[in-house]
Amino acid sequence: MIMRGEGTANKSPHPLKNWIQVLNMRKLIKDKDRVLSVLLVSPSILAVLIFIYVFIGWTVRVSLSKWKGLNPDYSWNGLTNYINLFSDPRFAVDIRNTVIFTGVFVVGSILLGFLLAVLLDQGLKGEGFFRSLFLFPMAISYIVTGVVWRWLMNPATGSRTSGFNLLFSYLHLDFLQNAWHTTPTWGIAAVALAAIWQMSGYTMALYLAGLRAIPHELREAAQIDGASEVQIYRFVVLPLLTPITLSALIILGHMSLKVFDLIIAIAGKQLPLDVPAIYMWQTTFDGLFYGRGAAISILLLISVAVLIIPYIVYTLKNESFK
Amino acid sequence: MKRFSLTLLGLFVILSVVLTACGSTPTATPAQQPVATEEAAQPTSPATQPSGGKQQVEVFSWWTGGGEAAGLEAMIKVFKAQYPDIEFINAAVAGGAGTNARAVLASRLQAGDPPDSWQGHAGQELIGTYVAGNQILPLNDLYESEGWLKVMPETLIPLISQDGKIYSVPVNIHRANVLWYNPKILKDHNINVPTTIDEWFAAMDALKAAGVTPLALGEQWTKMHLLETVLLGTLGPEAYNGLWSGKTDWGSPEVKVALENFAKLLTYANSDSASLSWQDASQLVVNGDAAFNVMGDWAEGYFRELGKTPQVDYGWAPVPGTSGTFQFLSDSFVLAAGAPHPDGAIAWLKVAGSKAGQEAFNPVKGSICARTDCDKSLFGEYLQSAMNDWATNTVVGSLTHGVVANDSWKSEIDTALGLFVQDGNVNNFQAALVAACKSSGPCK
Repeated sequence: MIMRGEGTANKSPHPLKNWIQVLNMRKLIKDKDRVLSVLLVSPSILAVLIFIYVFIGWTVRVSLSKWKGLNPDYSWNGLTNYINLFSDPRFAVDIRNTVIFTGVFVVGSILLGFLLAVLLDQGLKGEGFFRSLFLFPMAISYIVTGVVWRWLMNPATGSRTSGFNLLFSYLHLDFLQNAWHTTPTWGIAAVALAAIWQMSGYTMALYLAGLRAIPHELREAAQIDGASEVQIYRFVVLPLLTPITLSALIILGHMSLKVFDLIIAIAGKQLPLDVPAIYMWQTTFDGLFYGRGAAISILLLISVAVLIIPYIVYTLKNESFK
Repeated sequence: MKRFSLTLLGLFVILSVVLTACGSTPTATPAQQPVATEEAAQPTSPATQPSGGKQQVEVFSWWTGGGEAAGLEAMIKVFKAQYPDIEFINAAVAGGAGTNARAVLASRLQAGDPPDSWQGHAGQELIGTYVAGNQILPLNDLYESEGWLKVMPETLIPLISQDGKIYSVPVNIHRANVLWYNPKILKDHNINVPTTIDEWFAAMDALKAAGVTPLALGEQWTKMHLLETVLLGTLGPEAYNGLWSGKTDWGSPEVKVALENFAKLLTYANSDSASLSWQDASQLVVNGDAAFNVMGDWAEGYFRELGKTPQVDYGWAPVPGTSGTFQFLSDSFVLAAGAPHPDGAIAWLKVAGSKAGQEAFNPVKGSICARTDCDKSLFGEYLQSAMNDWATNTVVGSLTHGVVANDSWKSEIDTALGLFVQDGNVNNFQAALVAACKSSGPCK
């Protein structure tokens, strides 16, 4: 703008005054706008700075300290807390559980969500109804889901059998009866089932939006070329849905790394279903191992960051190209 | 541009002041307290009283529901009758067994805003956390002047003291080492109530052979509860106390025997223990689904709620191997080191330790008095028998309920137990217990 203004000024001196006035006015308005926008945004920027980044820094500091007990103790401990965690058998259980939970939950939600979206995309009657139906579980809090699924996945046997196991016995599908979340090693996968139930509707909504964004012409062109329905999905639809899958992967993945309330509601604080977030809570607030708890939080943060940061970078790059 | 950045800078400074001012209040005080801001504004020097002449006392607890809340109300009534001039502020925070409340309390203490007195499990849970943090004061003078040393069991006092200083006033007593049984099941199978661990195993073998679930067990903490009673039953009171004072070696063969007993006990339990709360597990016994259950005597209050009759639907005995020993836990109140109203706090503690206060609280809560001179006629059949035992037995402390081990130690034992329940390896379990005592207990 300024360049153009100067160019005009060289040619004719008279309109210059006007131009400068206009420019000043614009600049003023722009500056005012900018001040106002910064003013409006700054409280949240500040809040984010203090309550997120300053506290992350503080947590890093605590994780490098010997703090154990009620009173803060910042004496330097180096990386001891971190090193101890990696030889801690409980943390090994946590990592195992997180890997199993993330795998089952993310893969399950994406497959189920995609399937539901494709079914809804066939243009069946009452699509709106089914869409809300599948999306509803997401409106429920994890605690409620947990309480209900705790009851459904009741592992009791004999006369006290209830929930799914009782249903299976009515349906003469007794071989399906199992110990659910109390199964050794794989119990956490049962908890992931509840999470899939809750989040697959959300994944469906993501995919449905993606499917609707695919231009009809592309499908028609493929049909004219003689592609079968399966081929259309394989070579046209799926490649176009890659960004959606990536988003779903990131969103579900970081949720599963942070899972806490669902497990607490289903199983309480019990070691077989332990995850880093529960270990962190227990060791910090029940056991007063503040240093160790901070180290777990930082590891949790890093694991989420590894997932999120490349995604953010990727998204920003894509958006700036537009 | 310069002016703009100046404006921005100024804005940041102002906002940061405002934000930090807003930020500190909510962390320091729980929402339930209308007077919190007034209190926070007062200097915390001990002699300060509110200018209006009206005295106050703020008591923090997690008694917010059921018999506990009703019991607290009854005790507050006694307090108001005795000290009409002192305003009582009930700063109770909800949450089972105080896990929420303790997190709130910790943040208040770290912010330098203590309540005058707060509830805590008597023993190391209080001492290990708050004495080590210089947050509470010794109460020996109060015990002397109120004559409590004469009315509380002699063996109790060392368990609530550190270096000869007594740190809390126990209001109620629960017993941890109680074996609940179904009288009908035992009678049907001609089994006498076991008194030793071996008799217990024999009885459960017979029941198992007959297709009855011998032992009802619940989630992880109820397993720790079982473990502590088996440690006591196998080692006896003296060696059991030694575990917590550092005199008994956690790596000893005797402890190993106890752990093997515990491992064997787990084989008699219901398969779905991990999904049951203590109520679910205890209920199995009164419903006739299991023969035995080890749980604290709050289970008796629950049985009554269910409309069950003592000696008909449920019977009780000390856990095998522990007769003559009373494994206790207790809710108690402390005196805050920086109490804003120390006079009010002392008045509250006097009521909490008094015969009138404890007789008001305990029948409602379903526990017995810490004092041995309470009126027995106020209590039911089970509690009367517990009162007799409390007055005559050797008193030892509970692990699960905070008497014998500090929080850090207990949480390390809890982790070791959880890993053991997963892998069943007694040697690893014992090694982890030895390590826990070294890292967080008195062992060197």
